[in-house]
Amino acid sequence: MNTTLTTAPGDWMPLVFMGLMGLSLLIYVVLDGYDLGVGLLMAGASDADKDRMVASIGPFWDANETWLVLGVGILLVAFPKAHGLILQALYLPVALMLLGLMLRGVAFDFRVKAQTRWKPLWNRAFMIGSLLAATSQGWMLARYITGFAEGWAYTAFAAVIALALAAAYALLGAGWLLIKTEGDLQLLARRRAKLAWPAVVLGLALVSLATPLVSPTVSARWFRMPELIALLPIPLMTGLALLALRALLNSHRVLGKLCWLPFALMVMVMLMGFIGLAYSIYPYVMIDRMTVWQAAAAPKSLAIILWGCAVTVPAIAIYTVFAYKVFWGKAGDLRYA
Amino acid sequence: MDAIVLARMQFAANITFHILFPTINIALAWMLLFFRWRWLSTHDAAWLAAYRFWTKVFALSFALGVVSGITMSFQFGTNWPGYMEKAGNIAGPLLGYEVLTAFFLEASFLGVMLFGHGKVSERVHLAATFLVAFGTTLSAFWILSLNSWMQTPQGYEIINGEFHAVSWLEIIFNPSFPYRLAHKLLASALTVAFVLAGVSAWQLLKGKVQNYTGRVLRVGLTLGAVLIPVQILVGDMHGLNTLEHQPAKIAAMEGVWQTEAGAPLLLFAWPNEKTRSNDFAVGVPNLASLILTHKADGVIKGLDEFKGAHPPVAPLFFGFRIMVGTGMLMLAFSWGGLWLYKRRGWVAERLPRPLLIGLAMMSFSGWLATVAGWYVTEIGRQPFIIYGLVRTSEVASNVAAPTIALTLAGYVTLYLALIVAYVTVIKYMAEKPAEQMATLDEQQKQGTAVA
Repeated sequence: MNTTLTTAPGDWMPLVFMGLMGLSLLIYVVLDGYDLGVGLLMAGASDADKDRMVASIGPFWDANETWLVLGVGILLVAFPKAHGLILQALYLPVALMLLGLMLRGVAFDFRVKAQTRWKPLWNRAFMIGSLLAATSQGWMLARYITGFAEGWAYTAFAAVIALALAAAYALLGAGWLLIKTEGDLQLLARRRAKLAWPAVVLGLALVSLATPLVSPTVSARWFRMPELIALLPIPLMTGLALLALRALLNSHRVLGKLCWLPFALMVMVMLMGFIGLAYSIYPYVMIDRMTVWQAAAAPKSLAIILWGCAVTVPAIAIYTVFAYKVFWGKAGDLRYA
Repeated sequence: MDAIVLARMQFAANITFHILFPTINIALAWMLLFFRWRWLSTHDAAWLAAYRFWTKVFALSFALGVVSGITMSFQFGTNWPGYMEKAGNIAGPLLGYEVLTAFFLEASFLGVMLFGHGKVSERVHLAATFLVAFGTTLSAFWILSLNSWMQTPQGYEIINGEFHAVSWLEIIFNPSFPYRLAHKLLASALTVAFVLAGVSAWQLLKGKVQNYTGRVLRVGLTLGAVLIPVQILVGDMHGLNTLEHQPAKIAAMEGVWQTEAGAPLLLFAWPNEKTRSNDFAVGVPNLASLILTHKADGVIKGLDEFKGAHPPVAPLFFGFRIMVGTGMLMLAFSWGGLWLYKRRGWVAERLPRPLLIGLAMMSFSGWLATVAGWYVTEIGRQPFIIYGLVRTSEVASNVAAPTIALTLAGYVTLYLALIVAYVTVIKYMAEKPAEQMATLDEQQKQGTAVA
């Protein structure tokens, strides 16, 4: 239970990697979140709308998923001891997520390249893959924050969070479509966003309640003075962002000048959730079981990756921004160069 | 079946499926750069048409490579948790550098390369294509460095059962790495050479000739004819390097059970693990010794010297022969095809049907050779995961066998379906170029690129 805060040289490095890992997972959840969400929203959309929806995420999805590889990569590289434990505990949902991501990733290309009669099938593969990936990620999140505890209540909790994360992705995806599309599709996105909103609120509330209930460490950390007051901005800002988002969906300006705002507010919600979670968990990689220092790789290995990160992460940021700028504005048809 | 066998089967299924696509993507990306450059420098529309058609194939292959690659990154942890615990300090940074330097590069510029035309200048587009090609190659560099280190480990020290890096240069440039990298990159180029030639031959057979078909066929055949001899030379050097560092692997490949001078090259045999000898052996006397030691009476160490620490013999013995046999077919087809093509005045329509049928059947011969060769080197490392130091059985996961079997069934079903879909769709695209040309005409009419 107790945290070994040693002061050997190089002890700051595991923390840096914890931060980097968290950051890449946050970026992943936002970026792949919107494109998985768009995949979910394809259910029930017209054929032309489906094409346009895929076109809005086509140039980006691949790089978006790379953030997951980086996040898991850092877990593997910086915390090899936790990597094996966590992934073994999550064996089945990981496998399901991978099957989902595979189905979806290949359906992207197959749906337009195979014979037209197969297109509905690949569209379905795209939606099912997106749903499978989104729900398994939610399931994993729930299992992780409850410390992999067993029992029906935990399973039920995981099931609810699985759906809630899918709803959050759908909301994010709807926000993306509001930015990237016009006309009927934009209206459809707004209707779907309204549907997803209550599920997101419920899910967030449940996560916030469950984490302190499950772990005394976490509850002690939140519910004591003066920390409680210092921490209040996190739930407050989350709540405000969600309310503003809901109010905005009723306004016509969300179809025009303010089309970017729902997406931005949703990113804000996810950022707050991330900060809250990080505060709850720190300095553990596995809640109450293994700290970042216990799980960390040798300082020499960490140092060489840190050098790599220092050079490449800014470069990655630059060309990610470049790629988004190239495809700025409303999405047109995807056409090969 | 026990969990470790299932875990190995699952990992093997995944890595086998995965490697098919990078093998195409690495060389195809450079090929696309070549097509694009030819189009820009000659303004011959056939090069642009070739670029467009093969870009579609690339996009499809890339998607399959990415998604199966994501699976890989998870299976290190789910299937071999002990490996990362023991060797994470070495494997981690190498994998990390692959993600940081290669994955993001290729993934980010892929969008610009595929769909960026008209949104960026030709120069930026060409640069994006180059960066994607460079990224795929860099990715091969890192992952093969790690794989080679597991075959010929150096530059480490072991403290409390965990590997620690001593010299990164020694780790990255370990003894088998240069040979394995060269062998793999050439394998990629040869695979693409035969995909290009095979798909073009298919278009000729089906009467779906496009303005680029004959040209791409020539590029494919030339690439194959030039690189096959280089590959044979590099393969031989790789073999000599293996003989030096992993003699048990060579003994299994050649089916040499007892140490012998002047060992024969077995053309066929049935390795028998029970009697520890070969049944039905047919061989050329002294040839194995000559190839491996470059002396007719050179000594090759037999498997009996590595009892309990050598790989299963049959898969290596046959895998090696399948790889070499496929390579010989490639040699015959590329040289014969190129010679005939020249004699017919480079008019593709005048090529004999049997040659075209043969080339079409050889379309994915590169896959066969690559996978067979890959099995030789990977199964040849067994029973170790890090050669001579850590056994595979020591690092397996604690996941229950039924769970692994269930997910294995899921993966294999999906993989088989996807391979069928992939080949079918390429065939379909090769036969259906009408829409492709419409886009091109439209573009030429408008005079500018359509975004």
